[in-house]
Amino acid sequence: MTQITLNTLSSEIKDMDAAYSAAGGDAAVLHKHELSSLVISGNKVLNANGTEGIVLETQETEHGVDVKMTIKKGYKIPLPVHLCFGLIPEDGLQKINMNFTAEENSAVELVAHCTFPNAVKIIHKMDAQMHVGKNASLKYTETHFHGPHGGIQVIPKSHIKIEEGGSYYTNFSLVSGRVGYLEFDYSVDAEKDSICEMVTKVYGKKDDKIKILEKISLNGENARSVIKSRLAITDNAESEFRGITEGHAPRSRGHVDCMEVIQGNAKAEAVPIVRVDNPLAKVTHEAAIGCVDKKEVETLMARGLEEDEAIDIIVKGMLA
Amino acid sequence: MLSRDGKKILRGVNLEIGDREIHSIIGANGAGKSTLAYTLMGLQGYEHEEGSLIFNGEDISKLSITERARKGITLAWQEPARFEGLRVRDYLAIGAKGSGGVTEEELKEALRKVDLKPEKYLDREVGEALSGGERKRIELASIITMKPKLAILDEPDSGIDVVSLKEIVNLIQTFKENGSSVLVITHRKEIAAASDKASLMCEGVILRSGDPLEISEFFKNRCIPCDSRVSPPKAA
Repeated sequence: MTQITLNTLSSEIKDMDAAYSAAGGDAAVLHKHELSSLVISGNKVLNANGTEGIVLETQETEHGVDVKMTIKKGYKIPLPVHLCFGLIPEDGLQKINMNFTAEENSAVELVAHCTFPNAVKIIHKMDAQMHVGKNASLKYTETHFHGPHGGIQVIPKSHIKIEEGGSYYTNFSLVSGRVGYLEFDYSVDAEKDSICEMVTKVYGKKDDKIKILEKISLNGENARSVIKSRLAITDNAESEFRGITEGHAPRSRGHVDCMEVIQGNAKAEAVPIVRVDNPLAKVTHEAAIGCVDKKEVETLMARGLEEDEAIDIIVKGMLA
Repeated sequence: MLSRDGKKILRGVNLEIGDREIHSIIGANGAGKSTLAYTLMGLQGYEHEEGSLIFNGEDISKLSITERARKGITLAWQEPARFEGLRVRDYLAIGAKGSGGVTEEELKEALRKVDLKPEKYLDREVGEALSGGERKRIELASIITMKPKLAILDEPDSGIDVVSLKEIVNLIQTFKENGSSVLVITHRKEIAAASDKASLMCEGVILRSGDPLEISEFFKNRCIPCDSRVSPPKAA
């Protein structure tokens, strides 16, 4: 492992800045020394800046980068840490291995943008091990932009362990451009008094394929969780959602909430699964798949919008 | 006329609403009042089969909801939609698009008129854990920013506490002062009393129209439960 503390400038930075902006990020934050940031293009680390309380190590591999990030014990990082992963060319393979730890009583917000603006034949794999220490807090928002072609496979896999009193909030969003093929697989082990909230928002079009698997095991007493999924699919897109919550401990509470809107010839399947093996645990679920709510559409039409405009506003609102 | 499953839902509606007139529709549950409102707005499934619908001298019977709205007709539902993720400010601005948009101050004023604090509500989501009463007020605020020629209000007081009834009456008057005609469906005599004219509806028929107090009293004192009537009423 190489610990990097200085910015490494290269000609690719401009391209990644543009791609980062295309994904909805503000590229200026990647160049502020007072902010922690990490920029990876393909298998190159373009920028790695860790501020006080953050240890950031990276190692370039044949097709990607191994990243190790640690938030040191007791540090509350005041400003978000910005991450940018992407590939500028039309084709290629990127494998990111992430090992993240938020040590005891630390707090941090990670803001990630994964951007593949020209993707025609790209595979992006992410394998992450995330450890949220005792009474630590991790907020992780991840926004993807895959360009207009749909020629991309994105396969993020993550295991998260939340220790006693820890909290983990994640929001995965892929609502602009095409999805391509998405296979999202996150699993969480939640210990005593921990909190976990996982939100996914995806908008599939044309022949996009979306597979989402989220699993939370409430292992500790009073552990609480929510899985919330909002999917919109149109044209010939397909989606499969599995949201699993297991209540293994007394007074653990979990809820799975999936809402999908389908249009055109799209096909959707949603399966919330609840498993409880402790009589004092409680896990609930709800799932709905259907067209856009008729009353919402007609209300906006009664304000002067065309039907298509109304549906667009409603879907974007749901995915906002 | 409008029928469903072979049953005539609206079958004798002769109604004329004047310019800047507040017109109440009174009647028992199931009389067809909301159906009338939906038919006027042209909602899907409420297309009338016979008769004509004239708005400002033009037959709008075949127009879509959007086309009717762009002519200046709009509807506030008895139970407003939820709109997950849509901010109140964006919702209020939608209706004003056709009239050149709305200023920040106009948005705030619209919320004040329905007794909501702009600083508290403007950037919240319409569907975000708001009570039915709050969503109702936001719905009415969206009518204010739209400035329609005809506002159809389906039970604007439902879900709103009795204390606020006077504000609803004032709001309806404001619509009129701003140049709108108002068709209001209501069970409240306070709202009917504030109208210029009222019509009594029963089993899809407008039985009589006239002075709102007279119509209210007639409804209160002389209407017998529909299920005990031997034969349906004839149109007035």
